[in-house]
Amino acid sequence: MPIRHEVVVGVEAICDQYANEPSPLMMILSAIQKKYGYIPLEVQEIVSKKTGIPVAEIYGVVTFYSFFSLKPKGKYVLGVCLGTACYVKNSQAIIDKFSAMLGIAPGETTDDGLFTIEAVRCIGACALAPAMSINGKVYPKVTPDQVGKIIDEYRKMEAEGK
Amino acid sequence: MERIDSVKKLDESIKTCTEQFEAKIKGTNGKRAVVVCGGTGCIANSSEDIQKALEEEIKAHGLENKVTVNHVGCFGFCSQGPFVKIFPEDTLYRAVKVSDVKQIVEDDLIGGNVCENLLYVDPVTHEKVVRQDDINFYKKQVRVALHGCSLINPDLLEESLGYDGFKALKKVLTEMTPQQVIDEILASGLRGRGGAGFPTGRKWQFAANVQADQKYIVCNGDEGDPGAFMDRSILEGNPFEVIEGMMIAGYAFGASKGYFYVRAEYPVAVERLQRAIEDMEQVGLLGDHILGTDFSFHAYLRLGAGAFVCGEETALLNSIEGKRGMPRPRPPFPAIKGLWGKPTCVNNVETLATVPYIIRVGAAEYAKMGTEKSKGTKVFALGGKINNVGLVEVPMGTTLRTLIFDIGGGIPGGKKFKAIQTGGPSGGCLTEKDLDTPIDYDSLVAKGSMMGSGGAIVMDEDNCMVDVAHFYMDFICNESCGKCSHCRIGTKRLFEMLTKVTNGTATTKTLDDMKYLATVIKNGALCALGQTAANPILSTMANFPEEYEAHVVDKKCPAHVCKKLMRYVIDPNLCKKCSLCARNCPVNCIHGVVGKEPYVIDQSKCIKCGSCLAGCRFHAIIKE
Amino acid sequence: MENKEITIKIEGREYSVPANLTILEAARKLGYNIPTLCYWNHGHNSLASCRVCLVELKSSRGSRLVASCVYPVSECDASKGFEIKISSPMAIDARRTSVELLLSNHSKDCQTCVKNGQCELLHVANLTGARSGQFLGEVTKSTYDNVAPGIVRDTSKCILCGRCIEKCKEAQGIGILGFEQRGFNTIVGPAENRSFADVPCLQCGQCIEVCPTGALAEKREIDKVDQAMHEGKYVIVQTAPAVRAAIAEEFGHAIGEQNGTGKMVAALHRLGFYRVFDTNFGADLTIMEEAQELINRIKNKEILPQITSCSPGWINYMEYFYPDLIPHISTCKSPHEMEGAIIKSYFASVHGLKPEDIYVVSIMPCTAKKYEAKRPQNAAVNGLPDVDAVLTTRELAVLIRRAGLLWDELPEEDFDHDLLGEYTGAGVIFGVTGGVMEAALRTAYHTLTGKEYDKIEFLAVRGQESVKEAEVDIAGTKLKVAVASGMKAAKPLLDEIRDGKSPYAFIEIMGCPGGCINGGGQPFVKPNLIPNQGADILDKYREKRAAILYSIDEKKAIRQSHNNPDIIKLYKDYLGSPCGGVAEELLHTHYVDNRACFPERKK
Repeated sequence: MPIRHEVVVGVEAICDQYANEPSPLMMILSAIQKKYGYIPLEVQEIVSKKTGIPVAEIYGVVTFYSFFSLKPKGKYVLGVCLGTACYVKNSQAIIDKFSAMLGIAPGETTDDGLFTIEAVRCIGACALAPAMSINGKVYPKVTPDQVGKIIDEYRKMEAEGK
Repeated sequence: MERIDSVKKLDESIKTCTEQFEAKIKGTNGKRAVVVCGGTGCIANSSEDIQKALEEEIKAHGLENKVTVNHVGCFGFCSQGPFVKIFPEDTLYRAVKVSDVKQIVEDDLIGGNVCENLLYVDPVTHEKVVRQDDINFYKKQVRVALHGCSLINPDLLEESLGYDGFKALKKVLTEMTPQQVIDEILASGLRGRGGAGFPTGRKWQFAANVQADQKYIVCNGDEGDPGAFMDRSILEGNPFEVIEGMMIAGYAFGASKGYFYVRAEYPVAVERLQRAIEDMEQVGLLGDHILGTDFSFHAYLRLGAGAFVCGEETALLNSIEGKRGMPRPRPPFPAIKGLWGKPTCVNNVETLATVPYIIRVGAAEYAKMGTEKSKGTKVFALGGKINNVGLVEVPMGTTLRTLIFDIGGGIPGGKKFKAIQTGGPSGGCLTEKDLDTPIDYDSLVAKGSMMGSGGAIVMDEDNCMVDVAHFYMDFICNESCGKCSHCRIGTKRLFEMLTKVTNGTATTKTLDDMKYLATVIKNGALCALGQTAANPILSTMANFPEEYEAHVVDKKCPAHVCKKLMRYVIDPNLCKKCSLCARNCPVNCIHGVVGKEPYVIDQSKCIKCGSCLAGCRFHAIIKE
Repeated sequence: MENKEITIKIEGREYSVPANLTILEAARKLGYNIPTLCYWNHGHNSLASCRVCLVELKSSRGSRLVASCVYPVSECDASKGFEIKISSPMAIDARRTSVELLLSNHSKDCQTCVKNGQCELLHVANLTGARSGQFLGEVTKSTYDNVAPGIVRDTSKCILCGRCIEKCKEAQGIGILGFEQRGFNTIVGPAENRSFADVPCLQCGQCIEVCPTGALAEKREIDKVDQAMHEGKYVIVQTAPAVRAAIAEEFGHAIGEQNGTGKMVAALHRLGFYRVFDTNFGADLTIMEEAQELINRIKNKEILPQITSCSPGWINYMEYFYPDLIPHISTCKSPHEMEGAIIKSYFASVHGLKPEDIYVVSIMPCTAKKYEAKRPQNAAVNGLPDVDAVLTTRELAVLIRRAGLLWDELPEEDFDHDLLGEYTGAGVIFGVTGGVMEAALRTAYHTLTGKEYDKIEFLAVRGQESVKEAEVDIAGTKLKVAVASGMKAAKPLLDEIRDGKSPYAFIEIMGCPGGCINGGGQPFVKPNLIPNQGADILDKYREKRAAILYSIDEKKAIRQSHNNPDIIKLYKDYLGSPCGGVAEELLHTHYVDNRACFPERKK
């Protein structure tokens, strides 16, 4: 898929911004991930051209770190914490329930592009276990029977065009 | 703020800021001060909205000249958050909601009456506690690394200067040679707080002994242990102190550049640290010729991107260098050949946060705390099945019993304590018999666990230890960098064997193989992640052989956790035929007739999600 | 530092060894051959990741395992109580388990694997006593890529040693390969795990040379040759100069020990080829054309420097990364393509054969030649490819073994002298870096002066350095020339040209470091598998192979291309003059700007 011109310009600008940093690859990728939400190969090729780092190496870095994504994520990223504190309070059941209700496995996105389920590492909300975060908003002490309500809440927001 | 480019100006700033800060806390400036917890945990519980509401309410009552409001770092007692504290009375309100704001302003700030309903209630005595220091959770704690957290505004350099900030920096730059600093840290007995507990002074000494045109100090803030969050809280609560510690380290062994490597999952910490660095640069506390001396120091921030292994120091260095976070073989150690091939010391956040304290009070005073070989204090993140979840800083040598039952308030729901996992996925579990073990590096290792970064997850009788080991192996498999054969393939094989155990398809040979492979990996893997990967298995196998036996021989999971070895059933005698369980069931496998026939679970379709049990009000559903 | 010694203790005995060694190096000096896998070339690639070289290091604080390939003896001072144990149960168990773990995630078709007999993993499995069926479980999702013309990649056999990644960077400076994904899912491949056909890979095959297992291999074309034989075509074979310098290694001879020409020709005769020709004839022809082209450029003040075009790895690189230099590249086809074109035209017409009935097979030290033969530009006669199939030196060895031929029993035979049998010493040195330059200078000197260069040998362009330069005085004209092999080495020369600052008139560039003798289709040089040839064989094998070619040149009566009687006859009877009309049509090619990776790939 060809990359839109403004994205090319944007990515190049990010590369330029860090041009004077020693070993800037991670910073560049983080900035791209933050701005565009994902880093497809075509974008990596732009970074490669700008930095002289082989694409294979960039791809290796992108696929090493779970924070970087090759594909766009859903509009709402349902990040269920699988940190220890949450796990011992049965957060696996939460993630299973989301999976069952949305029909996708963790890491996948629903066909309508609305939801992505992610099993995330400790989000530091151990006191609120089991916790999850949706686009940064933390939901404390989630129970399996709340799962349906949470999905409905976002579906409703979507239907109302928010 | 004015530039602080000489010792004299620093002295003046410290004096002014200290007066201001004390006036704020003591109310001698004629104002009351309200602080709101701005740690990630409380933010998740809307503490930012609470702060905003407080500001508006205060304004609405025309009190803006009589009351100040600001956020502070983590209070540590996260399960009771969000916190609002009022000075000079030192009143602590917990579990505050936005709807409580009106009451706080009207009753307390205007009426002068304590809001009783927002006070902490001691679960044993049922007495209400007004002041933080009177709460059991805090009584046995000593705040060294957490110095200033929950007290100062982490976004204001002035508050740091007003609360001991940069006194230690001034002391080393004006009164001590680099070698004296190293000697002081050596004498303090400080050991690395990140996991392995290597003496910090010795690390610095190695790097100091190497001649190089450039050296680096790196602060490891890639807190990966799922369940530990002290580094985050320190960075959120007092970033200045960590920077100061880093600068002192840089001075000691000759590093003029420092890199912070912080998890990208910690946006609040990252933002505050970034601001602190910028503010310090602005006044000249970072940069060339600090305080007019020959010492120059620059600090930079780099973000992790979601890889547990980057907590391993050589993997972290590779990550800063823009590479895959795969560990390097050691030697050469980073102190000899580290970042970009230059001598580098990697120190953990908590370690660096402790350094200014040691310099301020002196090594001898610091070393009074702790045990013979583990000096000072350690922050633990208490979590899991425990009443008082949160961050706890205690002197080394405190027993697990004190930690769990006095400070932690014991196990909720009257359940029985089963184990506490320290050291995260790299550590091991400790049981009832270990409760009186003093917590220090060496006794934890002797008991088959480790200090790690300070995660302490409590497990009760409802937790299956095989399942816990399985959870950790799954975590390690996902986080293995894939470089060395032992970790990449070995942990996968261990995970597969454990899966067999939890499925009831393992044999006693599986257990033998598992033990053999776990031992080989422990000795043979490339880095600390791999070498400790098998600890949860070895430790649970040693401490809970009967649970493994039950899974393998009896094909039963005693805690009813392993799904293949347990099932949900409805007691027909207790079932009120209300159909709630059937309606909650995501796979529609519960059948019955409302009001007529008791409900029955179709075991062939049940996914064992537990929704039915969670919803049943009559306790008719049981696990067996 | 170099001379400092340290005392170490192995299995209870003390030894004094240089303090700057690793345990592995020290142990090897002392006669212990600790098995290795990811370790390569004096630790040039040494990730310490395979854990096959683990040894026990005992001290007062207990025992632990260390990777001997990276662990310095300076940390094993016997006087500080350290003792190395190579054969303790702990060390033996660990090494065996390392191999068993690798095997548990490895494809199990060893019997039919292309590396059968040359697999380093099987070798260490044997050495460590790995037991079958240990730790079996899930295997990493794998990729089998046989789409590219020259190289096949099978990740189910990859052990992630990283040698190929390092080699691609070091030899070609492009880094086509990298680690991707993480943990158990880690694989080695081009970005996004694409096919080699979809990335700017040179197909040079250097990665194959270092791969310890069957994860990387040449794409074999033996079946195509069998088919042509079966169809009754006139299957004519030609062999590149570098093949004879190494083929004997496939049959147990030490590197550099045997000039394989005579036995190789005998074998090819016995394999039933219609004619057995020498690509050296094509090389002589290339020199005639290329020297003339150079002279024309100089005389007509056209674009200089001229750059050689016989290495297809280099041409791939140029088309991907320096297409703006196309005007500098000699339009000469490479020798085997020229020879193929002559076979299908001149040879065919003299013998009254239809070009369609002729099938030309080239035995090459090269995997990139497999792509070169498929380029549509290299089809001079009736649109037929000049060369129909390219087999590597290793594939030729497969053919010889398959036919039951016993190498050492074969007689020495000569190439077929049938219109294009003769060759000169100039042709044979094409196989080594600097050879094309030297051969071209011999002929250019003659063309410009009418005299032979009296010293014959241009020693300045010989040797295994990656970049060489020289100044030659031809009848008062000073000619600056340069020679480079491996793209990493060539890049600065190319950048110089791009910047308009190149001082050279003529540059020889070879894709593989050292030239064709070190091509990606040559027999493997694996110190682990040939320990009797010394641990430093990787430093020496290129010189040893080159020496064979130089000695053939030296013994040749005719050592200049323009004195090859068959070449003279060819021009007289058929081609006319070098770079003339017929020659232009048959022997010259063109290059593609902005080319897609491998355009012939059928999606």
